[in-house]
Amino acid sequence: MLKLLERTHVRPESLAVLLALVVVMAILSPVTSSGIRVFLTANNFFNIILASATFGILAIGATYVISAAGIDLSLGSVLGLASVAGAALVVTLEWPWYFAIIGALGAGAAAGAVNGLIITRGHVPAFIVTLGMLGIARGLALIISNGRGIYGLPDEILFLGQARPWGVPTPVFILIGVALVAHYILAHTPFGHHTLALGDNENSARATGINVRRQRMVLYTISGLMAGIAGLVFTARVNTGDPTAGLNYELLAITAAIIGGTNLFGGRGSILGTMIGALIMGVLQNGLNLMAVQAYYQQMAIGAVLIAAVWLDQIRTRGRSLQ
Amino acid sequence: MSIIELSGVEKSFGAVQVLHGVDLTVEAGEVVGLVGDNGAGKSTLMKSITGVYTTDKGRVMFDGQDVTQLEPGARRKMGIEMIYQDLALAPQQDVANNIFLGREPVKRLFGLLPAFVDKPRIDDQAQGMLDRLGVHVPSIHIPVGMLSGGQQQTIAIARALTFQPKLVIMDEPTAALAVREVESVLQLIAQMKSDGIATILISHRLNDVFAACGRIVVLRRGNVIADLRRDETDMAEVVSYIVGAH
Repeated sequence: MLKLLERTHVRPESLAVLLALVVVMAILSPVTSSGIRVFLTANNFFNIILASATFGILAIGATYVISAAGIDLSLGSVLGLASVAGAALVVTLEWPWYFAIIGALGAGAAAGAVNGLIITRGHVPAFIVTLGMLGIARGLALIISNGRGIYGLPDEILFLGQARPWGVPTPVFILIGVALVAHYILAHTPFGHHTLALGDNENSARATGINVRRQRMVLYTISGLMAGIAGLVFTARVNTGDPTAGLNYELLAITAAIIGGTNLFGGRGSILGTMIGALIMGVLQNGLNLMAVQAYYQQMAIGAVLIAAVWLDQIRTRGRSLQ
Repeated sequence: MSIIELSGVEKSFGAVQVLHGVDLTVEAGEVVGLVGDNGAGKSTLMKSITGVYTTDKGRVMFDGQDVTQLEPGARRKMGIEMIYQDLALAPQQDVANNIFLGREPVKRLFGLLPAFVDKPRIDDQAQGMLDRLGVHVPSIHIPVGMLSGGQQQTIAIARALTFQPKLVIMDEPTAALAVREVESVLQLIAQMKSDGIATILISHRLNDVFAACGRIVVLRRGNVIADLRRDETDMAEVVSYIVGAH
């Protein structure tokens, strides 16, 4: 088991935290009429994964850019832009249903590519570029939609968010599919190796002939694409192109990546770890909901988890370098 | 035939001209020491060979071909390797991955799926390379950041030698090493020479330069001011060229 975790670059601690959290939430959550804890019902299990699916996909994008020593703060806003772009094409313009997919994924990838282009060509720090994009994408989403949700998507799209083939919600399949592909690329392809090396030591990566600029460009485009996929899933689930979708989700996504073991300063990252991180965030949110804790406190809890995760990582790295 | 031949290489950064028309040739299997004071242009000259810097003027011939316009990656494929003093390795990646960084061997399942890194082959060949060079590390699976400075330097050399280079440039390979570790690096250079690999050794440690190199080139303010055979010179003469007493 430990060997498997090591091979997949998942930290045993993150798994332990997840299990501990599940136990705590199970004990603290209320009891249903049939006598089981609400938290432990199958329905609630799917609730957790459904809620985690959107920011889980975002967290995959965050893992890619962060493990290359970058950052993408625009993830949540680009999700909103993608949601509106897809819905506007098929609802407002009445184009065929698949334009919702093309529109959402295209808008996401395009926003990511713009980020990448300005970061690599203009030498503007990623922090600033993506912070700017956070404002631009959200504003654009509000302009396109006139500030209102775009309702009424075709059945084919709703299938992606609301159907339950074999009893399992479609977004769960999408999350697992995207995560497996993303894991394969990061852990087993030259592209993935170069991503980690670039985050570890950019000069070294350049000296070994890796095209650092193109690598960065592709990474930010992937990050945007993930926001596009998450936007599509969100739209399908709530049957709305929502300009406010994904508000503050970058906080969730980055936190999930960091508690999943991604090094904030680059060089280390694992998609499977990030998935555990996303589940931790999902369980935390869900448990607090079941205990009827106000959403305001939840925001605080998530922010605190992010700071604690980085803090613990710092203590750990310092401990290692002292050895 | 010379393996590398620079003629009239000039390079400026803004208003500062660092190289003033440098000529330099190195033969196959030759070990040349490149010495000079700080700011003499040694590193800039070497980066013009590897392609990290593009030259403003002049020509770089490698193995009979004009490589002046080629990218670092293309030059590396032709057989130019550089070992940097401090920025060589990715500390969180393991030893084997570092050796193959940027040149990972890949496999395709059924010839269809996207190529994936052949990790068993990387591990196998990395271990073989280290054994052949007589380099000992606890495991090829530990991050290189956990190794000593000398071990990291030998890993960097192993990386440079894995793909049969024709020219290896070493920038201060012994600067941060303990005495015994210096010995093993000098031994590696001797081994490379007998394999017919040309080496350019940049160093401030003249002892190491005299021990390893057959020829010593002195650079001062972007000009080659002396090109000396080791047998016909001594340390005092080299030092006088470096400081400009000549």
